[in-house]
Amino acid sequence: MNEKQGMSIIVKTTSRILLWVIFLYGIYIILFGHLSPGGGFGGGVVLALGFLSIVLAYGRSFTLQWLSIPRLEKAEAGAPLLFLIIALLGIVAGGAFLQNFMSKGSLFHLYSSGVIPFLNIIIGLKVGLSLFLVVWALTEYDPEDGDEE
Amino acid sequence: MTLYLLCFALFLVGLYGLITKRDIVKIILASGIMGYAVNLMIVLFGYRRQAIYPILEKGKPVASMVDPLPQALVLTSIVIELGTTALLVALAVRLFRKYRTYDITKIRRLRG
Amino acid sequence: MILLSFIVIPLAAAFLITLLARRDGVGAALISLVAAVLSLGLSVYAVIGFRGETLVYNMGAWKIPYGIPLVADSFTVFMLLMVNLISLASLAFSWGYMRWLGSDWKYYALFMILLTGMNGVLITGDLFNLFVFMEIALLAGFALVAYGGQAHEFEASFKYAVMGSVSSSLILIAIAVIYSSTSSLTLAKIAEAYPGLGPGLRIWVGALLLAGFSLKAAVMPFHAWLPDAHSSAPAPISAMLSGVLIKTLGIYVLIRLFYNVLGAPGVFLHVFLVLGTLSILLGVVLAVGQWDFKRLLAYHSISQIGYILIGMGLGTTLGMVGAVFHAFNHALFKSLLFFNAGAVEMGLGTRDLRKMGNITRLMPVTAHSSMVASLSISGIPPFNGFFSKLIIIIAAVQARQPVYGFLAVIGSLLTLASFMKVQRYGFRSEKTTESLGRKIGWSMNLAMIVLAVLCVLMSLLIVPGIREWMLDPVVSAIMNKTGYAQLVLGR
Repeated sequence: MNEKQGMSIIVKTTSRILLWVIFLYGIYIILFGHLSPGGGFGGGVVLALGFLSIVLAYGRSFTLQWLSIPRLEKAEAGAPLLFLIIALLGIVAGGAFLQNFMSKGSLFHLYSSGVIPFLNIIIGLKVGLSLFLVVWALTEYDPEDGDEE
Repeated sequence: MTLYLLCFALFLVGLYGLITKRDIVKIILASGIMGYAVNLMIVLFGYRRQAIYPILEKGKPVASMVDPLPQALVLTSIVIELGTTALLVALAVRLFRKYRTYDITKIRRLRG
Repeated sequence: MILLSFIVIPLAAAFLITLLARRDGVGAALISLVAAVLSLGLSVYAVIGFRGETLVYNMGAWKIPYGIPLVADSFTVFMLLMVNLISLASLAFSWGYMRWLGSDWKYYALFMILLTGMNGVLITGDLFNLFVFMEIALLAGFALVAYGGQAHEFEASFKYAVMGSVSSSLILIAIAVIYSSTSSLTLAKIAEAYPGLGPGLRIWVGALLLAGFSLKAAVMPFHAWLPDAHSSAPAPISAMLSGVLIKTLGIYVLIRLFYNVLGAPGVFLHVFLVLGTLSILLGVVLAVGQWDFKRLLAYHSISQIGYILIGMGLGTTLGMVGAVFHAFNHALFKSLLFFNAGAVEMGLGTRDLRKMGNITRLMPVTAHSSMVASLSISGIPPFNGFFSKLIIIIAAVQARQPVYGFLAVIGSLLTLASFMKVQRYGFRSEKTTESLGRKIGWSMNLAMIVLAVLCVLMSLLIVPGIREWMLDPVVSAIMNKTGYAQLVLGR
C-alpha cells in the first residue's frame, strides 16, 4: 500500500473493512428484491459504491492492481445478453416474451416468484458494473494533460 | 393540493437554474433537480388516503395500499436520468478539455 | 412473434458487439450489417404480409390493462419499412466513411441501440414504454453526435442533451397527469377514457404532449438544437437523425397521440397548421444564407418537417396522404443529401460551399445523385418531392385554407433557390480541383445510388393502383381515430 497516494491511513483502513459490509448489504438488497423494497437497481448502485470507495481511498493505480478492468468489462457486456436469453426462454417454455415461467413457490419465501430473482441478480450485476466503469472512465482525465482541437 | 404546487415550484427552480446559470456543472445540477421534481410529482399522483405502503408482509393483515405502479415508473425514470446525467458529465469533462473553460457563454463556436 | 424480433434482433446485435469487441471493428460491422438486413427483410415481409390488419402481442402474457402490448397496424409497418431502409443505407455508407474517422466497435453498438430505440417506439402500444424506448434512442443519438471527438461536436451534443432532457421532463409530467386521470397507460385504454375528462384537463394534456414531442421533431419554436446537432454529427449519423429520428420520435408519435388517442381535437390541428407554416418559412429563409453545406441541409430539415405538419394539421384524408408520403420522401432525399455532404467532406476536406470546386468529373456518383436529390427536395417533377408537395397543397386548398397552400408554394420556391445555390457553388463552380484528398469507397457509392434510384421510384406511389396498396391502408388506420382502441381491445 503506497502511503503517498490516496487518502490518509484512517480512511484506508476503514474503507478496507467496510467494503465487505457494503457488498453484503448490496447482495442482500438484490436477493430479497421480490420480498422487500430495493431490487436490482438499488442493490446494484450499492455494489458500485463499494468499489468506488476503494478507488477514492486508495487511488487509481492500486485499484488497477487489485481488480482487472477488462474482465469487469466482459462481465458487464455479458449480463444483458443473459437477460435477453432468459426473456426469450419464456417463449420457448410456451408463453410470451418475459413470461414468468418458473414455479411461483410459496409466499414470503426466498425461492419464489419464478424468474424474477434471476432477473434481479442480472440487473444488479449490470447496473453495479456499469456505474463503476462509467465513473472509472471519468477518472481518467488528467488536468495537466493538454488537449486541443 | 399544496404538495402538487410545491412540486411544480421545484420544477420551476430547476428550470430557472437551467436557463440562467452560466456554469456547465450548475446546468447539469439544475436538470437533475427538474428530474427529481417530476419524479416526486409522479409518486404523489399514486397516493390514496389512509393507505399504507404496498408491500405484503407476513402476519400483517391486508389493508388498502397506495398505488405501486407510479413507484415502478419512477424507478425506471431515475435510471434513465442517471444515464443522461452520466452522459452530460462526460460531455462536460470533454468540453473542458477542448475549450479550457466551464463558462457556457464562451463555448459558442457554432453560430448562425 | 415477428413484432418482437424488431426489438430483439438489434438489441442482441448491440450486446454481441460489446461482448466480442476487437480493435478494428470489422466483426462489429458484420454483426450490425446482418442485424440490419434481417430487420429490413422482416419489415418488408410485414408490409406485404400484414395487409391492413392490426396485430397485438402481449408481452409477458399479461392481459391488456395490466401488461404492455405491442401493436402493429399499417401505419406502424410503413414507418418500420422507412426506418430499416434508411438504417441499412446508413450502415453501408458508414462502412466506408468511418474508416476515415477511425471505425470502432463502439460506433456500431451505439448504432444498433439507436435502431432498437426507434423500432421500439414504432411498435409499442403503451405510453410509458414509448417514453423508455424514446430515451434509449435519444441517449444513443447524443453519444453518436459527439462521436468524432472534435470540439464543436461536443458543444452540439451538450446543447441537444440539455434540451432533450427538458422536453423529456415535460413528457413525464404529461404521462403523470394522464395516469392519474385515466388510471391506465395503454394507448388504447387512454383513447377510450379521454372523452370523459374535463375540457381543461384535455387541453392541458394535449399542450404538454405537444410541447414535449415537438422539440423532438424540431418544430419551429423548439428547433434550436437541430442546426448544431445535425451539422456536427458524422455524415451517416446526420442522415439517420435527420431522416428517421425526427420522424419516428416526433412525427409518428404526434400523429399516433393526436389522431388515434386524443381524437384530433380542432384546436391542436390549428396549432399544427400555424407551427408548420412558421417552420417552412423561417427554416428556408435561414437556410438560404448559409455557406456551410450541412448546416444548410439541417435548416432544410426544419422546413420540410413544416410541410408534414401542414398535412397533419388539415385533418382531411388527402392531407394525411400527403403528410405520410412526404415523410417517406423526405427520409429518402434528405439522407441522400447528407451522404453527398459526407462524401464531399471526405473527398475535399471542407464543408464550406465557397471553397468547393468543380468535382463532377472526380466524383460522378456524388454529383449526379445530389442533382437528383436537389430536384426532389425542390419539388420538380418527375421526382417524388413534387408529388408529395402537390398533394399537400391541393389538400390545403380543398380544406378551404388556401393561405397555407400559398405559403407552402413560396417555401418551395425558396427551397429551389437555395439548392440551385448549392449546385452552383458546391458542384459546378468555375474553380477546378485537381484530385481528391481521399477516395470514396464502393459501399458509399452503392448507398447513394440505391437511394437515388428509390427517389425516382417512389414517385410511382402516386399511381392509383400502387397508392391503394401502400398508402391508403396507412391513412385509413390513422383517420380511424379512436377506432384504433376498438381494434386493439377487441383481441
